[in-house]
Amino acid sequence: MDIFLQQIINGLVQGSIYALVALGYTMVYGIMGLINFAHGEVVMIGTLVTISVVGLLVKLGVPLALAGVAGLLAAVAVCMALGWSLERIAYRPLRNAPRLTPLITAIGMSIILQNLAMMIWGRNYLTFPKLLPQVDFEFAGANFTAVQVIIVLVSALTMGGLLLLVYRTKLGMAMRATSQNLQVASLMGVNINRVIAAAFVIGSALGALAGVMVGTYYEIAHYQMGFMLGLKAFTAAVLGGIGNLAGAMLGGILLGLIEALGAGYIGDLTGGFLGSHYQDIFAFVVLIVVLMFKPSGLFGEKTGDRA
Amino acid sequence: MKKALSAPNLIIFGVLMFAFVVLQLGLFPGNYPMKLTILYLLALCALFGLGMSFRQHLAGKLLIAAVLVVLPFVSATAGQAWVRILDFAILYAFLALGLNIVVGLAGLLDLGYVAFYAVGAYTWALLASPHFGLHLPFWVILPTGALVACCFGVLLGSPTLKLRGDYLAIVTLGFGEIVRIFMNNLNAPINITNGPQGITLIDPVAIGGFKFSGATQIFGYTLSGPQKYYFLLLVLAILVVIINQRLQNSRIGRAWQAIREDEVAAKAVGINTRNLKLLAFAMGASFGGMAGGVFAAMQGFVSPESFSLNESIMILAMVVLGGMGHIPGVILGAVLLSILPEVLRYGVGPLQTQLFGKMLVDPESLRLLVFGLALVLVMRFKPAGLWPSPERQRELVEGRTEVKP
Repeated sequence: MDIFLQQIINGLVQGSIYALVALGYTMVYGIMGLINFAHGEVVMIGTLVTISVVGLLVKLGVPLALAGVAGLLAAVAVCMALGWSLERIAYRPLRNAPRLTPLITAIGMSIILQNLAMMIWGRNYLTFPKLLPQVDFEFAGANFTAVQVIIVLVSALTMGGLLLLVYRTKLGMAMRATSQNLQVASLMGVNINRVIAAAFVIGSALGALAGVMVGTYYEIAHYQMGFMLGLKAFTAAVLGGIGNLAGAMLGGILLGLIEALGAGYIGDLTGGFLGSHYQDIFAFVVLIVVLMFKPSGLFGEKTGDRA
Repeated sequence: MKKALSAPNLIIFGVLMFAFVVLQLGLFPGNYPMKLTILYLLALCALFGLGMSFRQHLAGKLLIAAVLVVLPFVSATAGQAWVRILDFAILYAFLALGLNIVVGLAGLLDLGYVAFYAVGAYTWALLASPHFGLHLPFWVILPTGALVACCFGVLLGSPTLKLRGDYLAIVTLGFGEIVRIFMNNLNAPINITNGPQGITLIDPVAIGGFKFSGATQIFGYTLSGPQKYYFLLLVLAILVVIINQRLQNSRIGRAWQAIREDEVAAKAVGINTRNLKLLAFAMGASFGGMAGGVFAAMQGFVSPESFSLNESIMILAMVVLGGMGHIPGVILGAVLLSILPEVLRYGVGPLQTQLFGKMLVDPESLRLLVFGLALVLVMRFKPAGLWPSPERQRELVEGRTEVKP
């Protein structure tokens, strides 16, 4: 029983991170129909910027808590700028290009960002500074830390904020209109370019936040960390129905839970035949099974022809 | 019409080659054999381009054939490493043409194509290596590899029939990862794939008593292993090109293109979309499986590392960058994208020391950076690929009427 609870907690934490990253994918996809393959790289840059800024400030004698906040803000700012320039430089010129063209551009940008990061931060693993004190809690036989609680709380708050933004503000309304129909929205006086840029910027800011969370949680960072994280987050977004905000959130948390429970129980389920290194398979198997029965994800609306 | 369309691409090709030469001449100031090789290569490229521009005529075809035959011998003067690079360029062209059936003709976005390549490679590795003690002949393994990969293609295709566009992309991507993870971990409890260490000592291709590894004497001339593989791959690639060409203009090919353009309409005119989509997956997969088999035999070694998602993405990039659904374009994309990183590998490091007197940036990351930049720039200025099919070109020029939902 305590393993079960423990894995639920771990899954929830991992899932919140997935959900934040998945939102970046889903916002862009919902509006433009584009898989922004470079989004995982944006998250990675967020983590690495935080490491650099915190390291620099601590060296200058700034208290750690303050340095942490500054690091987070710097990461968010850098990632927002990065997201904006990605859209401006790489994707905007291709808005009327064939469907696969921006996908290849996205892959190219991802390669570029990864290697720029390698030039700046080197190819070694970096330790993420301990921003929060180590506090352990115990509940019904399961252990969890303050970091885990904070990750779940902050992502819940952020996602709530995002929903407010999308459903209660004028910009949000413009975004929803654009995702329904780009051409018609622009006829109605929506500034499409602004809306798309906003989707990229907001998604990147969420990505930066997720990046800082990944750093604090695993205490390690690397220039290639964005790839697998981005892949999983994208899987989460598709699982929930890509283009759907609530879908991305629930998909992310679901994916985190599935992975954690899968890793915890796969040995027992298969009588020791498959070990926990098959953890990564779970995400994809569940995805394939779900899409077999619900071809547009758990919460996605039935899309028209887009193939 | 075709000639006019190929001209800008020839110019691009020429400029690239020119850049290559300038790069290399600057790099090897005293190295005369190298310079000569490059000059010969440049001449060959020019001849090839000339041949391509009148490839409808017999003379053009003969010229192309002559260039292709001479190529491995010229590259060999710069070292066997370059012949191996050529081998891989052809292997990638082979793979890209296989993927082109799925993505280019049938319009099914497949991000897990490398899974079939992996299945083919592992089939070969298991049937012709000391790992299981099996050493089956070429004529048994190659079809078996293709067949096993084909089954995997149907296995992937059948649950994904209902999926559209990007949903399909992510499922195929997941499938590719699943295959890779299994290969990485199937060393316990029963050792099938030998896990991350991979399988070594795989038999080379041998037809009759003729082995494709190591040097042999033919008519007083020594043929090296990579050179022999070059000709084997060339024959296979030509076969695939012919199959592709025949398919494209066949009933099946036209049905695929109808599905690509509008699946609902295709269904409405009586095309059996289910079977045809499965057929596309199966055919693409069998080509991938064959390429994988030859890859395993050529390397003598397979490990899950060679079959990462990056590889799938690279093959897709070749198809799209070259010109989706257009056979010469796909080949061009494959050759350029497989040779460019190697040219950069040999060029970027020494060029830096030449220009600045020391190594400023890590050459490996600079190489990939340039590669990424090339992808972005080509897509920016040639959105339909370097050498799109004339029909596609026309569609783009006449303006898009399609409305994004």
